[in-house]
Amino acid sequence: MQTKTQHLNKYYFKTKRMFLGMQGTDGLLFKLLIYGLLIGIGFVYLYPLLYMGVYSFKSLDDLLNPLVNWIPTQFYTGNYEQANKVMDFFSTLMETLYVTVLPALAQTAVAAVVGYGLARFDFKGKKIIFVLVLATFIIPPQVTLIPRYIFFNELNILGSLSAFLLPATFGQGLNSAIFILIFYQFFRAVPKALEEAAQLDGAGHFRIFFTIALPMALPAIIISFLFSFVWYWNETYLAAIYFGDALTTLPLQLQKFVATYQKMFPAEMGVSGGNQLNEGIKMAGTVLSILPLLIVYFITQRWFVEGVDRSGITGE
Amino acid sequence: MKRLRNNRNITGLLFVSPWIIGFLIFTAFPLLYSLFLSFQQVKITTDGIKTKFVKFGNYEYAFTVDGTFLDKVQTYLQEMVISVPIIIVFSLIIALLLNQKVKFRGVFRTIFFLPVIIASGPVIKELIDQGITTIPSIEQYAIYQSLNDNPEGFFNGILLYLIKNLIVILWYSGVQILIFLAALQKMDKQIFEAAKIDGASNWEFFWKITLPSLVPMIVVNLIYTIVTYSVFSLNPIIEHIQKNMFKVDTGYGYASALSWIYFLIIAAALAISVGAMTLKRKKNYT
Repeated sequence: MQTKTQHLNKYYFKTKRMFLGMQGTDGLLFKLLIYGLLIGIGFVYLYPLLYMGVYSFKSLDDLLNPLVNWIPTQFYTGNYEQANKVMDFFSTLMETLYVTVLPALAQTAVAAVVGYGLARFDFKGKKIIFVLVLATFIIPPQVTLIPRYIFFNELNILGSLSAFLLPATFGQGLNSAIFILIFYQFFRAVPKALEEAAQLDGAGHFRIFFTIALPMALPAIIISFLFSFVWYWNETYLAAIYFGDALTTLPLQLQKFVATYQKMFPAEMGVSGGNQLNEGIKMAGTVLSILPLLIVYFITQRWFVEGVDRSGITGE
Repeated sequence: MKRLRNNRNITGLLFVSPWIIGFLIFTAFPLLYSLFLSFQQVKITTDGIKTKFVKFGNYEYAFTVDGTFLDKVQTYLQEMVISVPIIIVFSLIIALLLNQKVKFRGVFRTIFFLPVIIASGPVIKELIDQGITTIPSIEQYAIYQSLNDNPEGFFNGILLYLIKNLIVILWYSGVQILIFLAALQKMDKQIFEAAKIDGASNWEFFWKITLPSLVPMIVVNLIYTIVTYSVFSLNPIIEHIQKNMFKVDTGYGYASALSWIYFLIIAAALAISVGAMTLKRKKNYT
């Protein structure tokens, strides 16, 4: 009995030393643990994407064949042809870009102006305004949705881009508070010297803003635009209500994928296979709806992941 | 001098003015108007909108007649209480891992941030429908089957929810990881050296120095997580509000009342969680 507990104790201390007692992080076990965790969790993150990608290339035979799991027997693009037809990919893509890029630009522009104003000037009620800016972040869009809907209806801009563009232009778009905060932090971190020199030379505040401050803020502009773009792209709740049937986006097309498919290819009674909607086609539709974003992300990911600390969003 | 200051005062206001105008038109006024609507019965006629004052009728309806709303609020709160701490702890762990000297840090960061880019409502819904968001091949394990056989128990319910939605929960952590990581990288390396000389182990260092200094970031992430979790378009309460908005017998008035109840719930959740964090922080300093 004695020896058993001793043994256990020995193992306990040994493992404890291996895991925790090691000073520094250069121990082999520690490294293994870190990489193991990172790769494992990374796989969990990528798994849905891999699954989507693989299934979108599976033909009906592959889908039904239980032996075919991760590698399709043939490179089958029929799913994409169907999904492309159902979603009307290229014209929808153009429309999506239209309703995401313009509000994102407007939002970034106004956030830069407001953020600059808050960071560089002291005026009465600034604190109140700052608190209100932050408060707009926690107001759920549902609360203001109905009055805005009625209001837009009276202005007759429901179903047009203005329903997104107008609030964005006045700093009330999606998560506008975050973008104002980004610019606020950025301009506060930038030294004032250059602007003061320009002021001594007699340049006005607006000229200084456009010729000196704005070019400096390029990192903040890029990161704001990208985030704004992505968030507007993925917004389906407000888009569905404000745009109705007049405008559509790729995520919205994906939302009604099944319905559209059944309208385009009515299921023939008794005939199985052929035209029926299968998960391969659905996955192809999902891939199509995120593919443009993925491409944008892989080109600009440096800005996304480094931008968050560069723009100083975490500063106090 | 005073004039110059006055001048700067006005210029500052000019810069902020687009936001002030927008706030009044698109946020403050709608907020008040929807509060007004929530006490009214709203009918849409050909001459426009007709309202009738019904006192707390809409609110009473939500808590007494409309059984589904309360059910949905309850599940929403339960799921949030489970998910939010998981998201915060998980993103903190990932940030700590990425803060080590690992190779391919950029690649890992790219992967962990990926969900932020693609996680729109319809995409997630498609993934959930396909059953991709569960732990792969979990059904084969005995523990899952025994849980699935009696899903009534409180802990069983939680575990089942976790198993079924783990990937989605983890997918919410992209931005939080980056915020933690940025804060970790800003930490002073000299404190670490000093603590090491004094004989502190990594473990002690984490609990006594790293974690307390991260508290402000935890609060930021807490707010961000609760807000994004609550306004995500797959949230059943949001769907419920939307459904009632276009229903004939309930309409705008009732939907406004629902959205205000929801708003107050979110605000309370934020106040409680942030309050708890800051209280703890004060205790640490005394």
